[in-house]
Amino acid sequence: MNIKKISKEQPNNFEFSFANLENAKKIIQKYPKGKQQSAVMALLYLAQKQNNNWIPLSAMKYIAKFLEMPYIKVYEVATFYSMYNLAPVGKYFLQVCTTTPCMIRGAYKLVEVCKKKISEKESQISKDGKSSWMEVECLGACVNAPMLQINDDYFEDLDPGKLEKIIDKINKNESPKSGSYRGRVNSEPENIRKTLLGNKNA
Amino acid sequence: MLEDKDRIFQNLYNDAGSDIASAKSRDDWKDIKEICKKGKEWIINEIKTSELRGRGGAGFPTGLKWSFAPKEIGSRPHYLVINADESEPGTCKDRDILRFEPHKLIEGCFIASYAVSAHKCYIYIRGEYFNEGKILQRAIDEAYEEKLIGKNASNTGWDLDIYIHYGAGAYICGEETALLESLEGKKGQPRLKPPFPALIGLYGCPTIINNVETIAVVPTILRRGAKWFASLGRPKNTGTKIFCISGNVNSPCNVEEEMGISLKELIEKHAGGVIGGWDNLKAVIPGGSSMPLLPKQVCDNIKMDFDSCVENKTGLGTAGIVVINKDQDIIKCMARIARFYKHESCGQCTPCREGSGWMWRMLERMAKGEASRDEIDMLMDVTKQIEGHTICAFGEGSAWPVQGLLRHFKKEIQKRNNFDPLVDKSKKIPYLVDQHLLDK
Repeated sequence: MNIKKISKEQPNNFEFSFANLENAKKIIQKYPKGKQQSAVMALLYLAQKQNNNWIPLSAMKYIAKFLEMPYIKVYEVATFYSMYNLAPVGKYFLQVCTTTPCMIRGAYKLVEVCKKKISEKESQISKDGKSSWMEVECLGACVNAPMLQINDDYFEDLDPGKLEKIIDKINKNESPKSGSYRGRVNSEPENIRKTLLGNKNA
Repeated sequence: MLEDKDRIFQNLYNDAGSDIASAKSRDDWKDIKEICKKGKEWIINEIKTSELRGRGGAGFPTGLKWSFAPKEIGSRPHYLVINADESEPGTCKDRDILRFEPHKLIEGCFIASYAVSAHKCYIYIRGEYFNEGKILQRAIDEAYEEKLIGKNASNTGWDLDIYIHYGAGAYICGEETALLESLEGKKGQPRLKPPFPALIGLYGCPTIINNVETIAVVPTILRRGAKWFASLGRPKNTGTKIFCISGNVNSPCNVEEEMGISLKELIEKHAGGVIGGWDNLKAVIPGGSSMPLLPKQVCDNIKMDFDSCVENKTGLGTAGIVVINKDQDIIKCMARIARFYKHESCGQCTPCREGSGWMWRMLERMAKGEASRDEIDMLMDVTKQIEGHTICAFGEGSAWPVQGLLRHFKKEIQKRNNFDPLVDKSKKIPYLVDQHLLDK
């Protein structure tokens, strides 16, 4: 179990934007009548996107009312799942996978780069206010290890030098390309592919 | 080696594109109406004959699972739920199906929904797979546009709606009942079984839950025949499987191979061999982090299917193969896995919530050589206290890798931690794990 820190500074009010209100209504439609509670995860996610990638307590209260469920139930969900940020994070939020398959291919070297280029401690926003990083558990791209996620995108087959270049790019507000950084295609074996060659050459 | 024509996932590396036109050129959605016309009984029997076993880790026979759903829809609707909450360390096969073969999955959802009489299907994707989810949603929209799903889907008279539900980064939601809790908008904490989801599942209604890969192979099995599928591999371990080979190999990759292929062939032929050569191999985790690891002498000969793995006191699991060579510190590797389980325990059952932390802290100290000789047996004892004493299989999943380490590398741990307890008196207190905190 992990313990999440909730931000001490909280805005007083939260309301969905018009577009998100429409989205939320659409999401509730996915579930049977009377089971609108099912939408709580998706709505928390919308709130997070709307509020600079973190969820204030007022948003949880708002969602509780919106879905006609107790506030504590929303709070439980928001604190249980690791992808909900309950305190501000950087505009660029780097999540470095350090579970064993990534670890044995050098994930902690990427952590060192983050410490050097972003902030000494994890979950601490960098001096320029642009980015923050944290260690996370398996992101499910083990054959492309080591890798990290920046906001929604995966950056795979990295090494410290390549990560430094990526961080330099985001500091200049450029968007680095996602995917493999060794130039291989998705999860195929690099250079020695023996299967489905007919499709490759088609 | 499996011939290319027998590979189900022709677009595993996205050579052709995942849109509906290219999917149809790979025979997806072909004769779907004719298949459904043969009836639910026929579909379930065909899957039973194929001996397809669930690809999510437990290896439960799929046809049998489907037959548990009530034959007729009673007062409660039926649901089909697809488990795409892939988070087992070492596993990344479902991701490639979601982004490169989404139509195989959607078609499988339709056939399975039809077979178990479900009008609604939820696909639970882990939240981190945001881009994969977008591709899948596009594929679902394409299928709606072509009337392959929706009202009177594919002209079969069956209505089916498919929805995506995103998780939010909880490994435990891959456990089927935790997944249902999460779908209902609660914390993902597993339910007691029985009742089993097939009778009382999502919203208290009959629910069949299958892994992505299991469902995605169904259309091909029905199209090419159960006999074809059963002819691959060996009895009870039939068909093909996507293996994910990661860790210390020269070319880590995903590859679809026949069940029962030897581990050595898999690593040497497809993944470019172990870094430093086969003799540099230390251990292999054969089926995702929950499965006990195997030392080199077992890896030399083992065949990769459910039963061979069980014979060697491990499991095929999700077929996420993590190769660890001699350059790595095996105790440290397993300590990191223990930290994973400590982080992901849902906290519902005490043995798992507390025990996963114990195992992690003990292993961390063992890696540093700070544990005492006695603690090695104590660690084994802790794993035994967790195993079998929890609501869900997470307890086993966290205990087995540690047991595997102790089974095969006990000597190495002993060598590093070869001294008496710091406080001899405390020997009488068998569960005092943090002895190092006492006065020296």
